[in-house]
Amino acid sequence: MADEEYILRVENIHKSFGELEVLRGVTFDVKKGETICFIGPSGTGKSTLLRCINQLNKPDDGHVWLHGEEVTNSGNRINYFRQRIGMVFQNFFLFDHLTALKNVEIALIKVRGMDPKEAREKALYELRQVGMEKWAEHYPAELSGGQAQRVSIARALAMDPDVILFDEPTSALDPELTREVLEVMKLLAEQGMTMLVVTHEMGFACSVATRIMFMEHGIIQEQGSPDQMMSDQTFERCKNFIGKVTGYGTD
Amino acid sequence: MDLIDILIEWFPYLISGIFATLGLVASALVIGVLVGLPMALGQVYGKFPVRAVVGIYVWFFRGLPVLVLLFLFYFGIFPGLGLDLPAFFVGATVLGLRGAAYQSQIFRGAIQSISEGQMIAARSLGMTRLQGIRNVILPQAVRIALPGWSNEYPNILTDSAICYAIGVAELLTRTSQIVSQTYVTMPIYLVCAGIFILLNYAGLRVLHEIEKKIEVPGFGTGAA
Repeated sequence: MADEEYILRVENIHKSFGELEVLRGVTFDVKKGETICFIGPSGTGKSTLLRCINQLNKPDDGHVWLHGEEVTNSGNRINYFRQRIGMVFQNFFLFDHLTALKNVEIALIKVRGMDPKEAREKALYELRQVGMEKWAEHYPAELSGGQAQRVSIARALAMDPDVILFDEPTSALDPELTREVLEVMKLLAEQGMTMLVVTHEMGFACSVATRIMFMEHGIIQEQGSPDQMMSDQTFERCKNFIGKVTGYGTD
Repeated sequence: MDLIDILIEWFPYLISGIFATLGLVASALVIGVLVGLPMALGQVYGKFPVRAVVGIYVWFFRGLPVLVLLFLFYFGIFPGLGLDLPAFFVGATVLGLRGAAYQSQIFRGAIQSISEGQMIAARSLGMTRLQGIRNVILPQAVRIALPGWSNEYPNILTDSAICYAIGVAELLTRTSQIVSQTYVTMPIYLVCAGIFILLNYAGLRVLHEIEKKIEVPGFGTGAA
């Protein structure tokens, strides 16, 4: 197996909520430094797929491997894998009782067992990365949505993850705030961070993604590079969807 | 004049009564938190048997009058267990266990009001459930619960006078003793009432200060 090449492998993931079959066998591999954007209609299981990767939702069937180690069915070791797989949420989920700085350092101290001084340094560094150093002492309620999301990106970065999952990171933001978050993400992509991004931002997907996966009805229907998507016939369904999203459908 | 003399003469008596009352209240509040908070966690995060036990506990301690509980423990349960405990200890325990039933529901409401995302974020960083509860859920729950919890102080303070019935030498007991020795009734009871009101006021001020101290923007901003 060429495990060295792929840092994350996702194989045949199935997930149902009651009667509803959300994921019907999703398989893909991720190389180091890739930015993969998942697009597609709402309710096709994109967010569920991300949560199945770090086991926030337990898949009914299928496997996930990180660096050749199985993440699925890993018992208590899942807490180790979750340090390696960062996650950024649509609604930020910053810890409301902690300042921006403490939000970033808490897992370093409590999970990694890092020395508080060292953790503070590291947290400040990550806040600087996302342009939020000046806001270190502010509480989540005092931040705009875009600022909060940047802090939550810093929180994920602080753990030095192998890959970060972005679950619709800009869907709760207005266009201006969306831009500041996407700029940070673009920077991360350029620095070689491996990212899986569920998004409706087609501009971002086309300019930053190394691969675009179009999901519909619980499976990956079409995939390829942004260039392929623009030119190729294979992306017919996807283009149809994009047409609907942007309102410029060809009918 | 008369009253002043009496108060001076019986001052040590009153003071010891005040200390006993405060001792009852403090122990009851501490027991209430130590028992009530884990019960709240059990009710929110526990499996069915845990939730059932907590449910029965709350039903029992909220369902009976304090005086009945006090007699039940003082004359029944503790002696039945072969324990010959001082009245003060029994009083503090009963007030504490009863308070725990009420406090568990205050804490439960606070814990349940915290958005699910807080725990999801904690787990996504590699925290165990227990670490999530300790580092994220509890610090928030305590802040949310504190204003409601503060209300337990006047409740327990006023309830504590019922320990008179089993002979705890608290403020009301001491007051009655002074009355029976001096035959001065109304003024002495008024002094007793005044002391209760003062204790009430002072305690609530302290709790209010604590509320302000741990206040976080966007969180329980009611402390003004």
